[in-house]
Amino acid sequence: MGRIKDIWGFLRTRKKWWLVPIITVLLLLSLIIVLSQGSALAPFIYAIF
Amino acid sequence: MGDLIKKNLKGYKGEITYPEHHQSHAASAFFPGPFKEAAIITMDGVGEWATASWGVGKGNRIDLHSELLFPSSLGLLYTAFTYYIGFKVNNGEYKVMGLAPYGKPVYAQTILDNLIDLKEDGSFRLDMSYFNYCQGLTMTSDKFHELFGDLPRKPESSITQRDMNLAASVQAVTEEIVLRTARYVRRETGQRNLCLAGGVALNCVANGKILRERIFDDIWIQPAAGDAGGSLGAALFIWHQILGNQRDVDGVHDLQQGSYLGPGWSDSEIEKWLADAGYPYEKMDEADLFDTVSGGIAAGRVIGWYAGRMEFGPRALGNRSIIGDARSESMQSIINLKIKYRESFRPFAPSVLLEDLEEFFDTDKASPYMLLVTPVRTSHRRELSEEEEKLFGMEKLRIPRSDIPAITHVDYSSRLQTVSAADNPRYHGLISSFKKKTGYGIVINTSFNVRGEPIVCTPQDAYLCFMRTEMDILALGNCFLKKEEQPHLEPADEHHSEKRKIPEVKSRAELRKFGLIMAGAFAVLCVLLYFRNSTLPPPAAGLSGFFLLSALLYPGLLFPIEKLWMKLASVMSYIMTRVLLTLVYILAVIPTGLIMRLLGKRPLQLGFAEEVKTYWVDVDPEGPCSRPEKQY
Repeated sequence: MGRIKDIWGFLRTRKKWWLVPIITVLLLLSLIIVLSQGSALAPFIYAIF
Repeated sequence: MGDLIKKNLKGYKGEITYPEHHQSHAASAFFPGPFKEAAIITMDGVGEWATASWGVGKGNRIDLHSELLFPSSLGLLYTAFTYYIGFKVNNGEYKVMGLAPYGKPVYAQTILDNLIDLKEDGSFRLDMSYFNYCQGLTMTSDKFHELFGDLPRKPESSITQRDMNLAASVQAVTEEIVLRTARYVRRETGQRNLCLAGGVALNCVANGKILRERIFDDIWIQPAAGDAGGSLGAALFIWHQILGNQRDVDGVHDLQQGSYLGPGWSDSEIEKWLADAGYPYEKMDEADLFDTVSGGIAAGRVIGWYAGRMEFGPRALGNRSIIGDARSESMQSIINLKIKYRESFRPFAPSVLLEDLEEFFDTDKASPYMLLVTPVRTSHRRELSEEEEKLFGMEKLRIPRSDIPAITHVDYSSRLQTVSAADNPRYHGLISSFKKKTGYGIVINTSFNVRGEPIVCTPQDAYLCFMRTEMDILALGNCFLKKEEQPHLEPADEHHSEKRKIPEVKSRAELRKFGLIMAGAFAVLCVLLYFRNSTLPPPAAGLSGFFLLSALLYPGLLFPIEKLWMKLASVMSYIMTRVLLTLVYILAVIPTGLIMRLLGKRPLQLGFAEEVKTYWVDVDPEGPCSRPEKQY
């Protein structure tokens, strides 16, 4: 959570709002990759795509 | 980031400060230096968005005035050529500098005409179509290779005259940029002294040029000019600028303590370690040790010299050094090929007694940190015959050029270290003893390591390096070790024993967890299919039951299934990760880029602007540099 707070603080202070869509998509994607990498659930999750 | 730092510095409850990258470099250049006030220049690859900066230090404050922004970077330009000449990125830059004197700068004008728009004040922009470091995994682009007429040299393939000419060319352009910047900063700040840091400040040839051009009265360079020195700079920045502690300097002596800031081992600790390990050694008093070791040097032996605290920064300064006779014609090749296992063209640096500096070199400027390149005095040079003058490239290497050939580079230059009795009395004592025997107060000094390994830190590191190379003598503190008396090194003593292959075994608990996850996943599938078709699908329900029963009653049954399933998972992960990242690029990155372009927003400053006078950008007085207590 600390890191997400840091990213939010960075975007606000430096006014880099154009990074919001890219960071959001990357966060969601990394969540999927982290949860599925090396886990037995990977084939189930990837089957959704 | 603050949480992470506090977590790792267990028990730390104080504040956390975040100085900027170039602010830290600037602090490391000014605060430990000798000057009450001075101009500061920092240049490196990149840190945050800055690639170079300049400003002024006064008393216990530094203020940065202007900076150059990524992707225009002198460090990265040099690194691009390092890559193109076939050396490792962020690693082989010093080899390019060593190779340059063998070549002629025939490509310098090509670089200036095509790659770079250089202004009178040393600021510049690069034409990014020649480079690939912004968007790809290489430093240079196909257009760069077309311009210079070939692909990058393959590492470890032979070095040609063309490679040497390329090295000489990028070195010439670097010197031009550094000199123009120095002149501009001298004019703008009105300061008489200069402090330097950042990776480019390790280019001691360029540093020597600044000094010889007399742009500043005096210069001081942070010995750990690379990013390691940033840690020192950040600490000093907090101590002086934030906490307001005064700096006490006399304009002559610096506060770097000879850069002997690393860990050290006492004589008794070394002796105990040698005795425990059972290695034969002879304990000597200092006078005997100096006499014996200097006798060894004079007899052409190669010495491992280990004493006191380790140096901070990339140079060995006489506490973790390999020492040899600078008068010997064969010493350069012997140490390069038999001790350091590295390219034979690499020159060696001398350690010279401070009081003998002007006897050997054309300078009166002390260089205690080996960061200045200076010409060898004409009286020590050897006249070359006409035939010898005509030789090219590596052929020059075999021709002795002075009566101290092992440390005289092909252009008669030398990257010297001056040793004073005040900075390092022990090392000074050793060289003085050598002088008594030979009349020469100068020795070869190269770092105590082999190629690709860091400088030795502990007595054990030193002993292993000594035994693995053809070094003859090792002085560990006051303990004297001869190679021929040492026992054969057992493989167990080696750092890196072969890794054993461990057979794959899964515990019952792991297999049970796998079974339960699979049972759960198939159960969820059942529920989903039930809602869609209103019937319970027999295969999914059966599989769920099978995994549940196996997990609870006999998990071992699941071992082959788990192995196969995880293999399938890893293949799918590999493919899907790439597919997903491509989708993210197409659906998020490209549209954001296009929208920004349509709105006229350009985060990077690209393209040449012929009409502007300078590419230096003022440092925002209310920007990140002004709020080091905040991370951004």
